[in-house]
Amino acid sequence: MFKHWKHGLVGVVAATTFTLPLVSTAADLSDNKVKIGVLSDMSGVYKSLEGPGAVIAAKMAVEDFGGSVLDKPIEVISADHQNKPDIAASTAREWIDSKEVDMITGLDNSSVGLAVQGLAKEKKTITMNTGAGSTALTEEQCSPYGIHYVYDTHALPVGTATAMVNNGGKKWFFITADYAFGHSLRDNTGAIVESMGGKVVGNVNAPLSTNDFSSYLLQAQSSGADVIGLANAGQDTVNAIKQANQFRIVQSGQKLAGMLVFITDVHSMGLDIAQGLQFTTAFVWNQNDEAKAWSERFNERQGAMPSMVQAGVYSAVSNYLKAIKAAGTDDTEAVRAKLGEMTLDDMFVKGGKIAPNGSMIHDMYLVEVKKPADSQSEWDLLKVISKIPADKAYISMADTKCSLVN
Amino acid sequence: MSMQVILAQALLGLNVGVFYAMLSLGLAVIFGLLNIINFAHGALYMLGAFIALIGYSFLEQWFGISIQIGFWASLILVPLLVGLLGVLIERLLLRRLYELDHIYGLLLTFGITLILQGLFSNYFNVSGTPYPGQPESLSGVVNLGFMYFPTYRLFAIVVSLLVCFTTWFFIEHTKLGSRLRAGVENRDLTQAFGLNVPLMITLTFAFGAGLAGLAGVLAAPIYSVSPLMGADLIIVVFAVVVIGGMGSIMGAILSGLALGLIEGLTKVFYPPAASTVIFFLMVLVLLFRPAGLFGKEK
Repeated sequence: MFKHWKHGLVGVVAATTFTLPLVSTAADLSDNKVKIGVLSDMSGVYKSLEGPGAVIAAKMAVEDFGGSVLDKPIEVISADHQNKPDIAASTAREWIDSKEVDMITGLDNSSVGLAVQGLAKEKKTITMNTGAGSTALTEEQCSPYGIHYVYDTHALPVGTATAMVNNGGKKWFFITADYAFGHSLRDNTGAIVESMGGKVVGNVNAPLSTNDFSSYLLQAQSSGADVIGLANAGQDTVNAIKQANQFRIVQSGQKLAGMLVFITDVHSMGLDIAQGLQFTTAFVWNQNDEAKAWSERFNERQGAMPSMVQAGVYSAVSNYLKAIKAAGTDDTEAVRAKLGEMTLDDMFVKGGKIAPNGSMIHDMYLVEVKKPADSQSEWDLLKVISKIPADKAYISMADTKCSLVN
Repeated sequence: MSMQVILAQALLGLNVGVFYAMLSLGLAVIFGLLNIINFAHGALYMLGAFIALIGYSFLEQWFGISIQIGFWASLILVPLLVGLLGVLIERLLLRRLYELDHIYGLLLTFGITLILQGLFSNYFNVSGTPYPGQPESLSGVVNLGFMYFPTYRLFAIVVSLLVCFTTWFFIEHTKLGSRLRAGVENRDLTQAFGLNVPLMITLTFAFGAGLAGLAGVLAAPIYSVSPLMGADLIIVVFAVVVIGGMGSIMGAILSGLALGLIEGLTKVFYPPAASTVIFFLMVLVLLFRPAGLFGKEK
């Protein structure tokens, strides 16, 4: 009985699918709702900078949008990818195949990002990656439906390396996290340093989750470098900075350059240890009144100010919903085309553009961690030193290796 | 490469080694006397560091108690607290598993690890929070001739070595220690002589847990206090115990120190292998001396 009913239903669905294009109306939403999946590291090393905070940001975006688009409800679901590409891909597959997820965001960790973007390309689903760094997402492995939203390993070193070389930091020594992200960051930074007349005098590849960096720091110290570049992230960066402090590296004249630092890291390190550290970020929570108002609302729910990644999730989800509204459909091709036409303006980004290779081209900021005496409040940690214009920060469409463009 | 660099790196290796030694010592004591593979050891180490951090920075903010527990007080109090938790774990949970296969104890303690990690990563940044309570008197650097070395790290090395060798002396050369060993050797016979073996077991587990807590307090000013700090370390420490020989006290201490040194020197000569060299040695030891370097074949 049930079987027959099911066959009948398939027939009806097939019939509507074939006739739909002829009678298509403005409000054309698959499954009568828009479902957004936040796939993030909910329990591991990236939890604090994306994780549950990203889910809050996505939900805030939906609430601020009014909870519905084209008169249909919007739903947010989330899962933990545990930093494992296979888990991430199978979750994404289940979401797309049987849970009607229309867009996947989050995806911190480059190997997770690449795996899910590859799958979503096959399944014609939009991904808006807010957490991963690798430029491969928009270069060698670019996808017509993959958007890379917040930062990449090209944008991060541009500001930091340029500013440091200009201030006399000609000789660099790298402490590199020994995996794809670290290598890519080191190579891109090294290229910028050398293009400006600087020199890379040494490098050590430290295993991921190294506890004690002192041995590498001493190698960096004896190399005579002006700048020690930390091509790593999260716990590794925090440990390295803290231990550099123990060995008086900065006091004895060498500078530290964090290649990927989040405000949540600075907050947990404290200003005593982190002061003077320069790095590049896409977002500072008090960069303008709009950002400040939003961040304070976020803080009430999360108990911490947003990282650039969490703010990026809010912006990505908002603009995705705007694109659906403007396109009058949640059809992947139509929404992606609309996103490409839009100029993105909100609390996160001003005048942002999503390029054909999926890279969201926007201004970045070079910031310095304040001295304890200059900080007015718990989260008043960063001072913006300069703005890195969008066209300098991101790979241009003339230079991209993405097969969709050239 | 100059002698100076090698000496400096060796000292840093020793610095890591004392933590390996102290943790693997606790594991070896627990395994030797209880036959339990305590997977929660890393979590107890993490807990030690966090109790010190909370005692120093968060008591007022969280509980409205305007007391700050300094480093020296933590050094005494934290091992006691973690030891007390050890008593609870042993009395309420582990005690039920002694008759069963090793794997049950391992699963239980692994579960405890996950619970503790999850609990702390709910409240603290996973990237790590620095412990600000390092005493002024230990905050400088010492000129050792071949390098400037942070005073605190030197202090941690000395304290750890003292604790390790005192423990060894206590177990191998005192009357109480010999009773403990008798309890391991033949539980029924020892009990027949009127010794309270279950109490000895509880205290042993508490002592092992306390050692992990102490290591956590000592580590807090050096490394960032992070919910995953124990998880990063525990696998290596297990390898150390296997290399030293399961249950061998001196084996655990010496192999902890030696492997810290070897890892430290690997960081100079071939850094990418630093996290694997210990496992490579473990494989060699298992192939050629399956009972470990200091263990006895059964």
